Amino acid sequence: MNSSHSESELVFGIQELFKKHPARRSSIIPLLQEIQEHYGYVSPPAVDAMSEYLGVSASEIYGVASFYTQFKFVPPGKYVIQICQGTACHVRASSIVLEALREELKVEPGHTTSDGLFTLERVACVGCCALAPVMAINGKVYAQMTQDKVREVIKEYRQKEENKTGI
Amino acid sequence: MIAEDTMEILYERAQEEWDKIENNTLPVVFVGSATCGRAGGALETEEIIKNLLIQNKKYAIFVEVGCLGLCVLEPIIMVQPTEGLPICYGPIRPENAEEFVRRVFIEEGVWEEKLIGVMSTDVYRGLPPISKHPMLELQVRNVLRNCGLIDPENFYHYLAHNGYRGFLKSLNIGTDAVLEEVKKSGLRGRGGAGFPTWKKWSFARDTSADIKYLICNADEGDPGAFMNRSVLEGDPHSVLEGMLIAGYTIGARYGYVYCRAEYPLALRRLEIAIQQMYEHGLLGKNILSSGFSFDITIKKGAGAFVCGEETALITSIEGHRGMPRPRPPFPTNSGLWGKPTVIQNVETLANVTLILQRGADWYVQYGTENSRGTKTFALAGKIKRTGLVEIPLGIPLRKVIFDVGGGILDDKEVKAVQTGGPSGGCIPADMLDLPVDYESLTKAGSIMGSGGMIVLDEDNCMVDIARYFLSFTQAESCGKCTPCRVGTRAMLGILERICAGKGEFADIIRLETLAQTVKQGSLCGLGQTAPNPVLSTLRYFRHEYEEHIKSNECRAFVCGPLISYHIDPERCVGCTMCAKACPVKVISGKRKEAHVIDQETCIRCGQCLRVCPAMYSAVYRRSGSRVRYEPIKERKKKTG
Ligand SMILES: Cc1cc2nc3c(=O)[nH]c(=O)nc-3n(C[C@H](O)[C@H](O)[C@H](O)COP(=O)(O)O)c2cc1C
Ligand code: SF4
Ligand code: SF4
Ligand code: SF4
Ligand code: FES
Ligand code: FES
Repeated sequence: MNSSHSESELVFGIQELFKKHPARRSSIIPLLQEIQEHYGYVSPPAVDAMSEYLGVSASEIYGVASFYTQFKFVPPGKYVIQICQGTACHVRASSIVLEALREELKVEPGHTTSDGLFTLERVACVGCCALAPVMAINGKVYAQMTQDKVREVIKEYRQKEENKTGI
Repeated sequence: MIAEDTMEILYERAQEEWDKIENNTLPVVFVGSATCGRAGGALETEEIIKNLLIQNKKYAIFVEVGCLGLCVLEPIIMVQPTEGLPICYGPIRPENAEEFVRRVFIEEGVWEEKLIGVMSTDVYRGLPPISKHPMLELQVRNVLRNCGLIDPENFYHYLAHNGYRGFLKSLNIGTDAVLEEVKKSGLRGRGGAGFPTWKKWSFARDTSADIKYLICNADEGDPGAFMNRSVLEGDPHSVLEGMLIAGYTIGARYGYVYCRAEYPLALRRLEIAIQQMYEHGLLGKNILSSGFSFDITIKKGAGAFVCGEETALITSIEGHRGMPRPRPPFPTNSGLWGKPTVIQNVETLANVTLILQRGADWYVQYGTENSRGTKTFALAGKIKRTGLVEIPLGIPLRKVIFDVGGGILDDKEVKAVQTGGPSGGCIPADMLDLPVDYESLTKAGSIMGSGGMIVLDEDNCMVDIARYFLSFTQAESCGKCTPCRVGTRAMLGILERICAGKGEFADIIRLETLAQTVKQGSLCGLGQTAPNPVLSTLRYFRHEYEEHIKSNECRAFVCGPLISYHIDPERCVGCTMCAKACPVKVISGKRKEAHVIDQETCIRCGQCLRVCPAMYSAVYRRSGSRVRYEPIKERKKKTG
């Protein structure tokens, strides 16, 4: 998840990914997934390279990619916060947890804070409904969330960052 | 002539491998480390236990297993002593690890407080058997039989538990007999619609196409359900064996597993398992010299609920926007790349394996006439024992909620049970004696669905629940057909209005009319079933809609705009906490004097309610004619 790759680096890396997938239409989604896994998002040069390799127009690739919520077209923040909006979490008041995240981060779901630190995402069921309501930060699950816990956790992350840059 | 001797060698190896677990000179520690256990801290606990054992010069073998489905007790750790039966403990959180090691390994005793049970059917050395644990007693764990007990990444563990014997049997009896067996079992699809599995197979089998496909649907899109995930994480080979059997019977050359990307652990375990199948000659060309060739490829979903629908799933694998297309032609005739394609749910395939391993005669002892076998459910919501449960079809819903699930959280009143997720409906408390089978649930206005079961209590607003599901389906509608695209949006708009206290009585009629239009005019199952949550709540909880509309009353105190906040001067001690916390500063009052909220300017954020100390609980809420106070809690006495 590093967005500071130079363009040539990126194009070179993508060529490596291409080797794993045959040049046919059904490779569009698997390739987009690999690109996102490696670079954190799907960038215009990556799509251009794909277009050339697959012989499918870039707009066609964007057309497919934009259908699926998984794909991001801008680099995500350093920490991706996923707030579960699945049914089990909803009935245990996940909306007020989301509210606290909105207030604390001052961003709407689907967006990244201006300092590039946090991306807020809504997801449906993280798979631990027993611990509802839950959120996950870069995959680490935080269980039985309350508004206060949200503030504490975010504070922790912010402090961690400050300590890093402070030294 | 199939190469059974190759398999026999493998079975011997497998038995040796499993003996290492059963008869070891060292204790064996099983750590429940599926996604759910990990979320509860299983891996941290394991790490601490390992380190402590080393420090204490104690040695043990660690096996990471899937989950037993006792979510509330995660992380679960089972210890098999060098002599005697395995004992199951939980929850063993990282902070319990030290005491756990001391009691179980150093003192070599039993930690009674954390004991779940001993792995046996009877009392053993005075310890209760796990099968009598209230959450497990009524369950019949067939599909989930290996979950939590074997290492899902160990091919031999699966083999040692009758693994691939169903497939071997299929090769021996031939495809006609397999089809007959599946027909006799009465198996119906577990992905939602409940279509007889054998029928689907025979449609595809009867076509003369050169290439046919089999797809395992592991998209599990119902938000709040995790049955398929648990099987894939805990026992992936049981699903893959089902794919082999199905593929063989219909004459498929290629298989796909379409698994949602949100399940990284399931995906990894599938990858490992498929690799093992190739290594041992269970995939590829001419499997076991039977003449049957089959390859399996994993396809990762990309986060679109509609791609669980079979035609959308196919379009998505082909590399397009995942939009459904009209049926007929049905995929069994013209599916992936225009070839006959059978799509089955994960759990359906796991059942196929069981049916072939143990026979249809054994299988039909569970369930009812029209709903044979067992079904897994992800039991969640306002229930004491959340978990992944498997029950024989036909038992009353009440037993699932109260016996298996242990009743409602904080002993509140159950209001309804939601099944079938966004395509299903709510079954009210007074209908809980309903048997859990396909027909009964449909008749009650819900559906069996894939297995989501969410328990709702008095604090859940039914209009809000309908709004929640509609907002989900509306966002997931692919937009191809107007009734679904426009209709769900219109319905959602009305529901939002009602939840905001701006509804009118005509809205109820509008909802009902729109629901019919959407149901009848939509192309695929998403649109056709999207109105169900609204219709079923209107059917059983119409009064809640009417209260919202008539008296701005949300009896569950969920719909924010219908709730106002007040301070009881009798209870308020003037601690000023609320005034400080109020984001718009509309609470006035002197220190040590009762405070007052200015109703005109209050933005109803509820902050004051949350900060008012529990020993005063002076902030109360009002909605319509209802008033709700929080109980005054005594201050906790400091201990120690
Ligand atoms: C919107 C929508 C989503 C669906 N999602 C799933 C799913 O996640 N998993 C699944 O097995 N079936 C899902 N289905 C049902 C499938 O279309 C199909 O009926 C099923 O996979 C057939 O397998 P079965 O006969 O074994 O149940 C969905 C259907 C619709 C309309
Ligand atoms: S019913 Fe809805 S999801 Fe299905 S095809 Fe039509 S618009 Fe798409
Ligand atoms: S509900 Fe919010 S705005 Fe209203 S008084 Fe309480 S804290 Fe202030
Ligand atoms: S927090 Fe509660 S007790 Fe304190 S001033 Fe406000 S209403 Fe009164
Ligand atoms: S609904 Fe949130 S974890 Fe399942
Ligand atoms: S413990 Fe695994 S599903 Fe809950």
